[in-house]
Amino acid sequence: MSNRPLVMAAHDLGALFGVLADDGYEVLGPTVHDGAIVIEAITQPSQLPRGWGDAQEPGSYRLVERGDGAYFGFAAPAGTWKRHLFEPRAVLWRSRRDGDGVVFEPGEHVRRRRAFLGIRGCDLAAIAVQDRVFCGSPAKSGSGSPRRSADPVYGAKREGILFIGINCSDPASTCFCTSMGTGPAIGERADLSLTELDPALPDQHRFLVHATTDRGRAIAARMNLAVATDRDLASATAVRDGAIASMGRSMDTEDLPARLREAAEDPRWDDVARRCLSCGNCTMACPTCFCADVSDQPDVAAGVDERVREWASCFQLDHSYLHGGSVRVSTKARYRQWMTHKLSTWWDQFGVSGCVGCGRCITFCPVGIDITEEVRAIRASKSVPLEEGTAETGEKGHSR
Amino acid sequence: MTAAVPKVAVWKFASCDGCQLSLLDCEDELLAVAGAVELAHFLEASSATVAGPYDLSIVEGSVSTASDIERIAHIREESNVLISIGACATAGGIQALRNFADVGEYVSVVYARPDYIETLSTSTPISDHVAVDYELRGCPVNKSQLLHVISSFLLGRRPRLPSSSVCVECKARGTTCVMVAHGTACLGPVTHAGCGAICPAFDRGCYGCYGPADTVSTTAFVQLLRSLPVSDRAIERVFRTFNANAPGFRDIPGSEHAAVGSPRATS
Ligand code: SF4
Ligand code: SF4
Ligand code: SF4
Ligand code: SF4
Repeated sequence: MSNRPLVMAAHDLGALFGVLADDGYEVLGPTVHDGAIVIEAITQPSQLPRGWGDAQEPGSYRLVERGDGAYFGFAAPAGTWKRHLFEPRAVLWRSRRDGDGVVFEPGEHVRRRRAFLGIRGCDLAAIAVQDRVFCGSPAKSGSGSPRRSADPVYGAKREGILFIGINCSDPASTCFCTSMGTGPAIGERADLSLTELDPALPDQHRFLVHATTDRGRAIAARMNLAVATDRDLASATAVRDGAIASMGRSMDTEDLPARLREAAEDPRWDDVARRCLSCGNCTMACPTCFCADVSDQPDVAAGVDERVREWASCFQLDHSYLHGGSVRVSTKARYRQWMTHKLSTWWDQFGVSGCVGCGRCITFCPVGIDITEEVRAIRASKSVPLEEGTAETGEKGHSR
Repeated sequence: MTAAVPKVAVWKFASCDGCQLSLLDCEDELLAVAGAVELAHFLEASSATVAGPYDLSIVEGSVSTASDIERIAHIREESNVLISIGACATAGGIQALRNFADVGEYVSVVYARPDYIETLSTSTPISDHVAVDYELRGCPVNKSQLLHVISSFLLGRRPRLPSSSVCVECKARGTTCVMVAHGTACLGPVTHAGCGAICPAFDRGCYGCYGPADTVSTTAFVQLLRSLPVSDRAIERVFRTFNANAPGFRDIPGSEHAAVGSPRATS
């Protein structure tokens, strides 16, 4: 089969669900719940957020009726794919009293065939970032599983996911994937990539379908899709160009890691600390943040002890607890840690940016602190440079 | 632990007994725990008491009378480990509203014979008077946290309790933020975790039952509430509940009703 894109009528989305079900896939995708778009298991197109768009602003998220039949006419969902890979709570292992001894059992890490339907460029990039964090290597492009599963808990969830991506048509005011090189186009990063065309015209409503892996091609082949016409391709290009043109925010990343390293004592950190609540919502909403707390949870009655991993945040006081106290006791130190990790030290640690430009931290910060605005302010300010050598030791970075 | 079977005592100060009821509510688990300890003093469960010293004392309620001060000092002396439970014991409770008013006036309005009432002008947490090993927040406390603390004690371990804001639990639970997505005022960002973010999951803002988070930033949060908008009068009311006297909640920027008697430093 040639690799020319195909077209699928919008009403054939149901057939796609059928093929996925026949192959035993559990489909996760966007759906409306409690006034927001979240990612949950879905089984039919009617569960998609059809006709819904979103209005995202710093500290505010609202669903808006689009007035057309678009299935994917919104930006980064309020919910994250992260919670389906790096779960908020996972039992790592459990010990059980057995007579005079103790038996150790692994936690349950159920392997399921899963398809992520409607994932966007920023979120595909975020998963690639977490692959580096948990597995020490980026996944092969598209459907591949990580090469080495350093973290078996994440690895079991991550294995064999089929990605059906969507090229964004309607970025939010908070989106800046173009700056981070992660979107809106997903290129060949999904098994199948879709572009939604003409959602306002019921008889024209269709998807451009681009299959880039063997698995993707095999699924497309079973759907008997027509080959895309030049008009389809032109429409898809217009969608992409329109998305790029309406990107709500931007971030100048030129030399940013070094710039932030030098800005450890910038007065802007005091300014943001006066606004920041230290609530941790930004870290929880962020698709790349990976911090967790590990604890033992005893159940004396059952004679069982569980070692549990739960989401944690660098905005918690005890996150930096060392012997005798916490290192980052001020909001200033905590916000600085978060932002410089995302945009600067993440590069040193994982060789990529920790920010993919999805804008969730901006939208879901109750007080609307905007990472792009903070970067702009720091770039504009005349930072007091660190004294010779201190930037390397990080000594000042730990000041309170 | 001093004895093979640890002696545990449960004490009540000014409180509604709700936290002790959380302990009784543990039923099956409590039976297992009860088998592992000697319940030497727990009047909610049994009127039979055993004299100290105690390996573990669990204290409910706030200090609100002169005799409370003596009693808590004595309990501390008799106890190896002392845990205070609930908003009354850890912050002073709803009765600490007197700290913002004239207690004499309250007494004269409420009681038919005010002269029978002997009380301090403030209601204060246990930790204002004696050293406390662990504090368990909440109104009432979360029973699984209570069991975790007791189980950890039995195993000779340090309990691990969440220390984040409620928002961290809320996001982990998968709830869409009611403040960001619906414009509902929510105390989650300034409130200590522990309840599992129940209220936002039922489409309501957090009421702050677990008191101020370790990282509470009252000034920035009050600015946020004003922008929703919430009136200054309403802002004062949301903070003046079970944890009204806790540092971080007691001093609301712009409030005319300051706390009297500030035994603890404010943040
Ligand atoms: S950041 Fe880019 S890829 Fe992500 S939702 Fe916005 S436009 Fe789409
Ligand atoms: S830092 Fe903010 S914009 Fe960047 S990936 Fe995280 S949530 Fe998205
Ligand atoms: S930046 Fe916003 S979301 Fe993040 S901790 Fe501060 S107030 Fe909370
Ligand atoms: S609903 Fe309340 S507790 Fe939950 S994230 Fe929003 S502000 Fe925090």
